[in-house]
Amino acid sequence: MPRVGLFIPCYIDQFYPDVGLATLEVLERFGCDVEFPTAQTCCGQPMANTGCTTEAVPLAERMIEIFAPYEFVVAPSGSCVAMVREHYTDLLPLSNSLQEFQAKTFELCEFLTDVLKIKKIEGSFPYKVGLHQSCHGLRELRLARSSETVGDNFNKARQLLETMEGISFAELNRADECCGFGGTFAVHEEAVSCMMGNDRLADHASAGTEVLTAGDMSCLMHLDGLNQRKPKPLPVLHVAQILAGRQPVTSASTTSSEESV
Amino acid sequence: MGGHAQLANQFVANGERAKWHDQALWFVRQKRDNISHAIPEWETLRETASQVKLHTVTHLAQYLEEFEKNAQAMGVHVHWASNAAEHNEIVLRILQQHEVKRVVKSKSMLTEECHLNPHLEAAGIEVVDTDLGERIVQLRKEPPSHIVLPAIHIKKEEVGDVFHEHLGTDAGASDPGYLTEAARQHLRENFLAADAGITGVNFGIASTGGFVVCTNEGNADLGTALPNLHIACMGIEKLIPAPEYLSLFTRLLARSATGQPITTYTSHFHGPKPGGEMHIVLVDNGRSDILGSDEFRRSLSCIRCGACMNTCPVYRRSGGHSYQATVPGPIGSILGPAHNAAAHSTLPYACSLCGSCTDVCPVKIDLHHQLLTWRKEIRVRGLLPFTKTFPMKVMAQVFQRPGLYAFGGKVARIALRLMPRWMIYNPLNGWGRQRDLPTAPRESFRDLYKKRKK
Ligand code: SF4
Repeated sequence: MPRVGLFIPCYIDQFYPDVGLATLEVLERFGCDVEFPTAQTCCGQPMANTGCTTEAVPLAERMIEIFAPYEFVVAPSGSCVAMVREHYTDLLPLSNSLQEFQAKTFELCEFLTDVLKIKKIEGSFPYKVGLHQSCHGLRELRLARSSETVGDNFNKARQLLETMEGISFAELNRADECCGFGGTFAVHEEAVSCMMGNDRLADHASAGTEVLTAGDMSCLMHLDGLNQRKPKPLPVLHVAQILAGRQPVTSASTTSSEESV
Repeated sequence: MGGHAQLANQFVANGERAKWHDQALWFVRQKRDNISHAIPEWETLRETASQVKLHTVTHLAQYLEEFEKNAQAMGVHVHWASNAAEHNEIVLRILQQHEVKRVVKSKSMLTEECHLNPHLEAAGIEVVDTDLGERIVQLRKEPPSHIVLPAIHIKKEEVGDVFHEHLGTDAGASDPGYLTEAARQHLRENFLAADAGITGVNFGIASTGGFVVCTNEGNADLGTALPNLHIACMGIEKLIPAPEYLSLFTRLLARSATGQPITTYTSHFHGPKPGGEMHIVLVDNGRSDILGSDEFRRSLSCIRCGACMNTCPVYRRSGGHSYQATVPGPIGSILGPAHNAAAHSTLPYACSLCGSCTDVCPVKIDLHHQLLTWRKEIRVRGLLPFTKTFPMKVMAQVFQRPGLYAFGGKVARIALRLMPRWMIYNPLNGWGRQRDLPTAPRESFRDLYKKRKK
């Protein structure tokens, strides 16, 4: 039984608890012994991506320590995993503990396809899904073939979703253009960021997307933020939620827990 | 906010125009995709080109000497300029020695970088840019907004207006065929009247001392075939070791730039034409500083194809002028700060770190990683404003204390649930002007996890 330390990005912990639960459920369904070490907070990406290396370093050190006891570390976020795997070496001196941590950290979909070798996801999802390719998962972790590069096509999230009953996919005009979230970019370059997001939503609308999904909740937070101001907002679910068997609620955003004040 | 974000904001404010600009460049990106995907060995070509360039810049001194020696052997005058001012002085001196009054210039980002035109004009020399796009921006008295498509930000109706004013075309005419023909006639007169031709250089070949200029309009050929004096201005990073590598780069360049298999004209120059005189001005202007830095050395491999601009979702929606740098877009956001970090400190932040530029670049420059590295540099040099560093400091403190983090998260979520909309979406909330915040749940994941375990 693989012993998995669940790595839940801070904003998912606080705003999208169901994405965390869905990840936990999926991993357990496939026989993992999953634990969420509660000392974890944030991997340090917001600081590192702003250039604030000194602020990010202690957070990276904490991560390595907290996840030391586990065989694998799995997160429902390509971006946070890319931070660990591709950028921790920019923050910390090379060490065995760093390299071990990097080698055992996986994004949820790639963990399912590459480590657990899952071929089939039980369950039905009778919707036309618009799969947003989050950039860090795509171009840092290579979870799919990017449209710029030449070679055999593959797509780990789609490969899993495809095996669910009734599912179909919206074919986008721009297959993997950035949504415009980009961390603090979303606020510092608000105008361009929102135009990028609205362009993505328009592409999904014309491709007939019924449910918008992605491997990164941060992209979806930005897209759904714009989406909620539209006359008919699209339902939004994280890939983990679909894999866990959640169904869309068609009126409001379904990504946070459904209670209200 | 200032810097790029402010100008980008203005660009986006004209929604219809921003959309048109985005689509025009996306079209070029698609052409590039179609033609590169037709070449199964594309990724091998990119990798090879990257290696050749890296090898060349790490042995640059040796290749430059070889290039100079071989060029001189063919009767070329070779000059060295350590900065823009020296470059401009050298060019002016050559022109004055030949009593040149009128120069035709084919496309050269280097002479833009050095601001050659105003320098020559101040000395009473008329300079005519002969690349159609460059001529358009020259007549409009503005800098190019793209390194391959200098006038991509201008609509054909606006070209019609400029040509009506300067070339006497019919008022309101916007037919591209008609306007191009008018430009052709106008440029032809200039070619015939010119006393000297200035070109850029796409590739200098160390083992032969020759160089290659790629254009789609043939203006480099005409501009150097008619006058007897040819001055080629060349950045020192433009070298390749030998002619056998040339096809690798010409294949990549045209495909990446405009989705063409090859540029219409690939002009090879090996020494002056009979009876003519040829000068090459080799320009450093900050390049050797970049060469000396491990982090940014690879940016010298750039072959100026413009593909990173065409693919950049930010460039497409903010326009080249929003970068306020000779070279805009992803590569410009690296070269700009390298030249003057204080003046260009916002450029590395004009990026969502999507990485599309890195995947599209024909010489595999790790553009988005270099942009990230520049952000660190900017912080270290104290050029990052307090409004950006302060929240990061606070967050880092909170994130080091799980109890405080959990408590802070709870308070924020309660506040978000209780506060009325007008209070949450106040004018200071940069997120909320166009976007809703997520609905704040009562319990965080860690709360639910603890309950579930019990
Ligand atoms: S950085 Fe790469 S993609 Fe951009 S202009 Fe240079 S060669 Fe082309």
